[in-house]
Amino acid sequence: MQLAKVIGTVVADRKDPSLEGIRLLVIQPHDHEGRPDGPPVIATDPLQAGPGDTVEWVTGREAAMGLPRTFAPVDVCVVAIVDHAWGDTRRYA
Amino acid sequence: MILCRVVGNAIATVKHPDFERFAVMVCQPVDPAGRPIGLSFLSVDSVQAGVGDLVLCAREGNTARQILVGGRESPHHSVILAVVDEVRFGDSVLAGPGT
Repeated sequence: MQLAKVIGTVVADRKDPSLEGIRLLVIQPHDHEGRPDGPPVIATDPLQAGPGDTVEWVTGREAAMGLPRTFAPVDVCVVAIVDHAWGDTRRYA
Repeated sequence: MILCRVVGNAIATVKHPDFERFAVMVCQPVDPAGRPIGLSFLSVDSVQAGVGDLVLCAREGNTARQILVGGRESPHHSVILAVVDEVRFGDSVLAGPGT
C-alpha cells in the first residue's frame, strides 16, 4: 500500500464487462515527502477520487478485492482518499 | 517481513469499508543499524504501533488478510505485525522507540 497523487483520468469504451462502471485514474506513486516512486500507473477507482487528490492504493490480487466484483482483471486499485499524511524520516528513522 | 520505523500516519475519511477500523501508518524501511533504506510505504496497523516505533511489516496480501479480517476477501496488502523491542546485529544493538 502506498501514497499516490491523482494526475489524470482514463476513459475506455470497450473493456472487460467486470470493469463496467469503474473509473480509471492515472496516479503517480510517491512517498510521504512527495518523492516520486517509479512511473505513473493506471488505477481503478471505486471511491470517486479526482485529479489533485492524494490517495492510498494497493497492487496485486488485493486490488480486485477493492471493487464491487472481486474477480476482475485488475492489478491496481485506489482504497482511500487521503485527507492528511505526514512523516518525519530524519527524526524517527 | 521488513524491518521498518514508523515515521508518520495517513488519515482518510473516504475509504474502502474494510479500512474503517484500522490506522494506516507511514513506514520507512531501515537496515539493522537503523538507517533508512529506500522510500516509505503505507501499512495497516494491527498491534497499536506508534510513531517512532521499530516494527515488522509484511507486504503481502494473504498475510494482511489473515491478520486483519480473518482471511476473507479484502483489499489489504500490507500490515504491521509486530513492534520490535531489540535487534542485535554483530556488535550493534538497535532498540525500539527513542533511538
